[in-house]
This record gives sequence, C-alpha cells and structure tokens, in this order.
Amino acid sequence: MPEESTASRWRTTPLTAWHEAAGARMGEFGGFWMPILYEGILEEHRRVRTDVGMFDVSHMAEFLVEGDGADALVDRLVTNWVSRLENGQALYTPMCREDGGTQDDLLVYRRGANRYLLVTNAGNRDDDRGWIESVALNMPDLIPVRDVSDEVALIAIQGPGAVAAVGSLTNEAVANIGYYHFREGVSVAGVPALVSRTGYTGEDGFELYVAAADAPALWAALAQHGVKPVGLGARDTLRLEARLPLYGHELNRDISPLEAALGSFVKWEKPGGFIGREALAAQKDVGTPRRLVGLEAMGGIPRAGCAVTRAGAAGEGVVTSGTHSPTLGVPIAMALVPRAWGIKVGESVAVEVRGRAVPAKVVKLPFYRRAS
Amino acid sequence: MANGKVPEDRWYTAEHEWIASDGTVGITDHAQDALGDVVFLDLPEVGRHVERGTVFGVAESVKSVSDLFCPVTGTVAAVNDQVKERPELVNQDPYGEGWLVRLDTVDPIQSGPVLLDAAGYRALPD
Repeated sequence: MPEESTASRWRTTPLTAWHEAAGARMGEFGGFWMPILYEGILEEHRRVRTDVGMFDVSHMAEFLVEGDGADALVDRLVTNWVSRLENGQALYTPMCREDGGTQDDLLVYRRGANRYLLVTNAGNRDDDRGWIESVALNMPDLIPVRDVSDEVALIAIQGPGAVAAVGSLTNEAVANIGYYHFREGVSVAGVPALVSRTGYTGEDGFELYVAAADAPALWAALAQHGVKPVGLGARDTLRLEARLPLYGHELNRDISPLEAALGSFVKWEKPGGFIGREALAAQKDVGTPRRLVGLEAMGGIPRAGCAVTRAGAAGEGVVTSGTHSPTLGVPIAMALVPRAWGIKVGESVAVEVRGRAVPAKVVKLPFYRRAS
Repeated sequence: MANGKVPEDRWYTAEHEWIASDGTVGITDHAQDALGDVVFLDLPEVGRHVERGTVFGVAESVKSVSDLFCPVTGTVAAVNDQVKERPELVNQDPYGEGWLVRLDTVDPIQSGPVLLDAAGYRALPD
C-alpha cells in the first residue's frame, strides 16, 4: 500500500504511531508524516471554534540560543523587539534576509536574560539553523545555537475549552498565564512542560513543549479527559480564517513582512537595527509593490497560485492561500495584489479558478475574530 | 481495491463515478471518503452536451479538488439543485440524495469496456 511505503521516507513525531492507530488520514508536511484529519476537517474545525481540540505539532523546529550576547544576536536576527521582553514572555516575529525577503517566521520565548527558545517551521529547520549560525559567527560573542527539535515535542490545546482542559491536568493556575506568556517546569498530567498561552487557530489556548519521550503520556491523558485530536487540515482552515500567515504561502524569501501586512512586527526603532532593515525601510518609503488582501469568492474556491485580476487595471495578483471557510460557509482567500490597484474593502476582483473567472470581493481581515 | 459500499444496481467508472440505468450519475462511497467533506460542486447546466470520459464538473472538499468524469456521452437532463446547496449530501448519501446529474444517453448502460459492474469496481486496484 502506498501509505506504508511513503511513511518511511518522512520524519515522524513521538505520536505518529498513535495517529496511525487512530485511523488518521496521514500526509507529508514540512518533511514529516503528519495527521491531516481524523474525522473530518469541518468537524475538527468546529470543535476548536466551539469547544477544544489538541494538535500534534511536534514537527516544529526548536532552537536554544543561550549565552552572553544572545540578546543582541536574536535582536539582530528578527524584526520584532526581543530584548524588550520580560522573562516568561514570548513574541511572534518575522526573520528577514538582507534583501528584506523572509527567511522564516517564528516564536521567540525569553526564558531569561540571554536565554531564548526559538520555534521555527519544520520545513525550514536545516536552512534556519545554517542561517542563525552564520549570523552568530559575525557577533562579537561566541553564542552556541542548539537545535533541540528532535528532543522536544509540541502539543497545542486550542479552543474556548482549553483552559478547563489543561487546568484539569495540573495544579498550576494556567488560567493566569497571560496571552503570549509562558511558564516552565509546570507538571501537566505528571509531565514537566513549558506551558505557553499561544496558538495558531484564532482561539484561546496553550502550546505545551515537553520532552519527546513524555509526549505519548501527555497526549493520552488529554485524550482520557475527552480532548479530541485535530489534524493539520483544520489547523490550516483555522489559521486562515484568523489571517495568520503560513510560511511558503503568505511569506517566503521573495515576500517581505511589509507586503504580508506584518508591519506591526517590524520595529524600526529597535536600537542597533536588524537584518533586512535597510531593504524594508526602502520598501516602506516608496510603498511595497504588492499588498496582502482578504477575498471572499462566489461560485468557486480560490486555491494558492490562482491568478487575481481586476477589470480595467494592469498587472495581476496571486492567491497565497484559499479554502472553504468552515465558520463563514463561503470560499475565502488571501492574495497578494498590486498596490497600484489601490483596491479597497468591498471592491471586486476576479480569481482564475481552473480557467474560469470566479468573482470575489475584497473583505476586511481577519475573516474571523473570536468574541473576547 | 475500492473501499466502501458498492451497490449492485448500477455501474461504475474507474474514476469512481456511478451511473444508474435511468442515467443518474454520482460519485461512489469510496470517492466521497477519499475527498473528505465536500463543500463545493461545479455542475453543468441542463441541456449541455457531455462526452464520455471528459470532465463534466468538479467536486471540491476543504483540501482537495476532484474532476468528475462522464460515464457516457449524452445531454444533461437534470441537475440536483439540492446537492449544490448542500454538498455534504455527497458524503452523507452518495448513492441517494447525493446524486449529481441525470444524463440522456444512447450509450448502453451496461458493463463493457467503459463501465464496470459492482464486482468489477470492487476489484479495481487503488
């Protein structure tokens, strides 16, 4: 059978065997053999929006950057302002090349002065390690960069029921962990975890970093508590509705954070600057040639790579991500379109879907925002 | 091996469509399961001429897109408007309420070089 022979070509997580035993539909993502869905994307999506679900996202890459000069190194690497974080605080940030193209987007956890955990995309792991090490070599201090991806598993628990679900497995008052804050050494179901109030779904929730060997026990305890697994299929529709970028789609080496409408994560005022600052500043001065917009389509689902045109306007745009929105019940997409179009919310474009022009209108992003 | 239910009272294509003796066409249980939640159907208009083996429409799930192939040559006599409104019917009842179109055809609807009977469809390699 093709599945079995394919699996051996890809990396696995400590939970791969569990997913396969549970009958998940598996597929490759970022070089890993991952669960795409268990019951169905619509049902899993709905569960996270209304209740709670858990994701195995152990494919994500983790790097420890620790030692004198780490503050300066990480601030040089990323566009957001890291050394301003308190200990126990995290942030989302793009990481750029000199030309302003995006090397990756990541979470940075400040564990202490000069002690950071960087969480990047699985598909970029080797490339990120090479890039970070090359930048580190040019810093005045010798700062070791340790790739701990294989030692660390990551389980996300997301949805309005996430606080209750995680809270029931620990004595720690996890409800008091602020958004984009974290605590280390928390015992969850007897497993020591870094508990982070973050996620990639647009819902409240946690991401739990644990030792790879502990992941099956934690996953089983969550399942025992009635938390159901959610695959990468629903993770994609959830993040898209919340307009969270996916590297390789809204961001890549040819797309700058400014084009991807992530300017709020670019800190111009950061002392000492950062890699890519000059290129980004030049883009900012003249305006990026493209800008990211949200689209709602009628009569067809725009998919990544579909061309976007506007009647009477020169040039064309491209869909970066598109899907059927389970929450809204309509086709939605994000697209990079020429800034020269000057297009506004409510105005119309056409998306070429399999040779047919599907009408779409520009809508406000995000497509979905949870009631707070 | 095609998984799922394969009723005896109709014929099948290797592309996982079924056709009943009255020309009603849909996709098989195996096809709907492989697609996942169907969220959009692009179906032809009544009166359109369609050719055997060509694409007459598209079924999309959240993640994937699948072409629909004509089992016979003919004219679209009816389109299931209900399934266009509620594509989930394809998943819930692929051989019943989830039918897609009805074709008027002079092609024989029987097993042969193009159409398979239930046993032939079940025996298809994946």
